[in-house]
Amino acid sequence: MRRPRALLAAALVLLALLAAGCGGEDDVPTEVVLVTHDSFAVSKDVTAAFEQETGLKLKILQGGDAGEALNRALLTAGDPQGDVLFGVDDNLLSRALDGDLFDEYRSPQLDAVDPDYTPPDDRVTPIDHGEVCLNYDRAWFRERGVAPPGSLDDLILNRYRNLLVVENPATSSPGLAFLLATVARYGDERWQSFWRGLRANGVRVVDGWEEAYTQQFSGAAGSPGKRPIVVSYATSPAAEVIFAGKPLDESPTAAVEDGCFRQVEYAGVLRGARNAEGARKLIDFMLSERFQADVPGSMFVYPVRGDVPLPDAFRKHAIQPEQPLTLPPDDIAAGRDGWVDEWTRIVLR
Amino acid sequence: MDTHRASLTRRAGLIAAGVIPAAFVALFFVVPFAAILGRGLGQDGGLSLPSDIWLSGETLRILWFTIWQAVVSTALTLAAGLPLAWAVGRYSFPGRALVRALVLVPFVLPTVVVATAFLALLPDGVEQGLPAILAAHVFFNIAIVTLIVGGAWEGLGREPWEAAATLGAGPWRRLREVTLPLLAPALSAAAALTFLFCFTSFGVVLILGGPGRSTLETEIYLQAARAFDLRTAAALSLLQLAMVALALLAISRLEASSSGGRAAAAARDGLRRPAGRERAAVAAVLAASGTALALPLAMLVARSLDTGTTAWRRLFEETPALLVTPWHAIVNSVLFAAVAAGLSVAVGGLAAAVLARVRPGALDALVLLPLGASAVMLGFGFLIAFDEPPLDFRSSWWLVPVAQSLVAAPFVVRIVAPALRSIDPRLREAAAVLGASPGRAWREIDLPLTARAVGVAAGFAFAIALGEFGATVFVARAEWPTLPVSIFRFLGRPGAENQSIAGALAVCLAALTVVAALTLHRTAPGRRGPL
Repeated sequence: MRRPRALLAAALVLLALLAAGCGGEDDVPTEVVLVTHDSFAVSKDVTAAFEQETGLKLKILQGGDAGEALNRALLTAGDPQGDVLFGVDDNLLSRALDGDLFDEYRSPQLDAVDPDYTPPDDRVTPIDHGEVCLNYDRAWFRERGVAPPGSLDDLILNRYRNLLVVENPATSSPGLAFLLATVARYGDERWQSFWRGLRANGVRVVDGWEEAYTQQFSGAAGSPGKRPIVVSYATSPAAEVIFAGKPLDESPTAAVEDGCFRQVEYAGVLRGARNAEGARKLIDFMLSERFQADVPGSMFVYPVRGDVPLPDAFRKHAIQPEQPLTLPPDDIAAGRDGWVDEWTRIVLR
Repeated sequence: MDTHRASLTRRAGLIAAGVIPAAFVALFFVVPFAAILGRGLGQDGGLSLPSDIWLSGETLRILWFTIWQAVVSTALTLAAGLPLAWAVGRYSFPGRALVRALVLVPFVLPTVVVATAFLALLPDGVEQGLPAILAAHVFFNIAIVTLIVGGAWEGLGREPWEAAATLGAGPWRRLREVTLPLLAPALSAAAALTFLFCFTSFGVVLILGGPGRSTLETEIYLQAARAFDLRTAAALSLLQLAMVALALLAISRLEASSSGGRAAAAARDGLRRPAGRERAAVAAVLAASGTALALPLAMLVARSLDTGTTAWRRLFEETPALLVTPWHAIVNSVLFAAVAAGLSVAVGGLAAAVLARVRPGALDALVLLPLGASAVMLGFGFLIAFDEPPLDFRSSWWLVPVAQSLVAAPFVVRIVAPALRSIDPRLREAAAVLGASPGRAWREIDLPLTARAVGVAAGFAFAIALGEFGATVFVARAEWPTLPVSIFRFLGRPGAENQSIAGALAVCLAALTVVAALTLHRTAPGRRGPL
C-alpha cells in the first residue's frame, strides 16, 4: 500500500509546483520587466536607484543575442513577456517595426540626446551606439616591422595576406555590420569585388565573435590565435586594458578608424505591456545621466547623450570614429538578405 | 483471492504510475512543441504541409550530411569507448572511480567551452571541418559508452565466460560469442544515445564545422532564431523528429533481435585486479583515454590562471556581466540541478516502472524522442504555449529545472527500465506467496536490486542538468543565472579577466561533476546484492 501513497505525494508536489507558477498577478503592477539580450549589463547601484525612485521592482529577462531576443519578442507580439524591449539595432529595426512590436512613446529625455541619434520612428528610443571596427595586434606588427592596416582598402594588399579573421554575416551581428560597412563604402556594384579580393587574400571566416576574437585573433589576452587582424568593436582595446587583471599603459590591441560601421541600439514600450506606465519610466531612466554614464563600463558601447563623462580607459584606449559608415535602416531592410546570400556565394562556396 | 486482489492493486498502481510521466510529457513537451509547429505551419486556420521544403535539394543535402556524420561518429565513439568500458567494467584498480567520474566531464561541460579547449589541442590545419567534428563527437560521447557498457560489463559476472573458457573457447571467441551477446542491450542503448546526440549535435557543428556546414539542428536554429523563418524551422523540426523516431525504432528492432541475456542481476563476482598481460592492456587503455580526457581540462585550469588568482577572487565579486556574483551562479546551478535530478528520477522512474512490466520494444526507444526536438523550437514553444491562465508560467523560475529534466528524464528511463526488467519475476512471486504486499515486494525486492541503477541515473540526471544550456538559456531569469549561462556571458566579453573567469567557472562545473559522480559511486549500495 506504500506505493499509491508515494504516488499521491508525487502528484501533490507536481500540483504544488503548478500552483506556484499560476500565482495570481496583483492589480497594481509593482514591477517592470525588461526583455533584452545577453550583452545587456548594468551596475547594481544603478538598478537600485531606479527601484528607489519609482518604487517599482526591475525584473530582467535576458537570453540569446540581439536577433534571438527580438525574435522572441516577435513571437509574443501583443502579449509580451515584459514591458520594455531593449537591444534592437539598426540592422534589426525594420523587422521590429514591421512586426508591430511597440507602442509610440517620446521620452522627454530625448532632448538631451545627441542629434546624430535622432530615432527614425516614434516607437523607438535610442539608448546607446557602438561601432564595429577592425582591431589589430600591436605587438605582432611591431615585432615584424610591418605597418598595421589603416583602411579597408589595405586589407587586400599582399602584405596582409592570411592575417584577417571575420565573422559570418549570416550568423553574427558584427559580421553583418562589417559586410554592411563594405556595402556602404564600395556601393552596390563594387562590394562584391572587394570580398573576392579578401577571399583571394586568405580571409578566414568563423561563425561568431567569440571564436573570431578569443580563439583566432592573436591580440586578445590568452587567445591561442595566430591572426593579427579581426573584426570587433571600437571599444575592445579599452576592454583589454580594463580587464587585463594588471595595470597597463597601452592596450595590446588597437582599433582602425577607417571602415567602422555604426550600430545604434533602441528600446521601446512593448505593445500589450502589463505595466506600460512603468515601461515609460524605465525608458526615461535609460536616458538619464546616471544610466547613460554607466553604459560604457557595463556594456562597452557609447551613450547617446553627449553630456555624460566617459571613463578614463575609454578616452585613452578606445576610439570614437569621427565619420563611421552607416546605411539607412530601410536600405538595410531591403538589401540585407540578398547581400548575405550573395556574400555566401562569393566567400564560402 | 489475495493474489487476485494483489494483481488488481498492482494494475491500479501501474496506471497511476503511468499517468504522471505521461502528463509531464504532454504538458511540457507535446503542448509547447505542437504550439510552435502550429504557428510555423498554420495557414488560413488549417495546416499546410511544407513538402516544398522537405523535398528541396538544400534540405536533402543537410539531411544526408546529418545522417552520415552521426553514423560515423557513433561507430568511432563505440570503437573508442569499448576499451575503456572493458577496463572499468572488468577490473579494479586504484583511481577507477575517478576515471568513471572524469569521463563525464566533457559530456557535461557546455560544448563551446570544451570545443574551444579542444580547438587549441588540434594540430594546425585540422581546425575546422569534418575531422574536428568527428573527434569532438567521440570526445563528448565517450562517457555514454564507458558508463553504460562498462556498467553492464561489471554486472555480467564471470561464470558464463569462465564456463566458455573451460570448454576451450579462446579469448576472441569468448568475446564474440559470450560477452558481446550478453552486452548487446547495453551496446545498443549506448549506440542509440550516442547516435541521438550526434544526430542532433549543435554546438560542435556550429563551432567546429566551419561556416556553411549545417546539420538539421543547426539549420533549425539558424532559421528560427536568426532568419525568423518559422515555417522552414517547423518543417525541418518535423523532419528531424521523424528521422529520430525512425532511427530509434530501427535500433529497438536490432535490440530485440539480439536477444540480450538476463544477466545484469546475477550475483556479481566482483571486479578483480588485472594480472599479467591484462595489466599492460589496462594500463595502455587508461593512459591513452586519461590523457585525452585530462588535457582539455588542464587547458581550462591554465586559462583560469591566466590572470593569476584574480579570476578566482572575482568569483565572489559583483560584475556587470551578471546581475549577481559568479558564486551565486554556482549555487543556483547546484540547486536547479538537484531539483531537476529529483524531478527526472521521479518522472523517469515511474515511466520505467511501467515500461518494465511490458515487453521491451518500440516504447523503450520512443522514450528518447524528446531529445530529438530542437531546443530553440521548444524554448519558443514554451513562450507561446504558456502565456495565459491556467498555463501562465513562461517566466517562472521552476521552468529551468523542468526544461532540464525534459532532457535528463529519458536517460533515467533508459537506465532504470532494464535494471527493473532484469529482476527475476520469480522473486516477486515468491514474495507474494510468502504473503508480502505488492508494495512491500517493491520495497524489498525492486528497490534494493535497482538502487544502483537509480543512483547512476540520478547522477547522470544531475550532471546533465548541471550542463544543460540550449533549453535553459531560454527560460533562465537574469537574477538566477546558471553556470553554463554565466560561462557564456564571460566568454562573450573581451579582456583577459573575463576569459579567465569563464575558465574558472568551467573548472568549477567540471569539479562539481566529478564530485557528484564520486559521491554517487560511494553511496551506491555494495556490489553484492542482498542475495
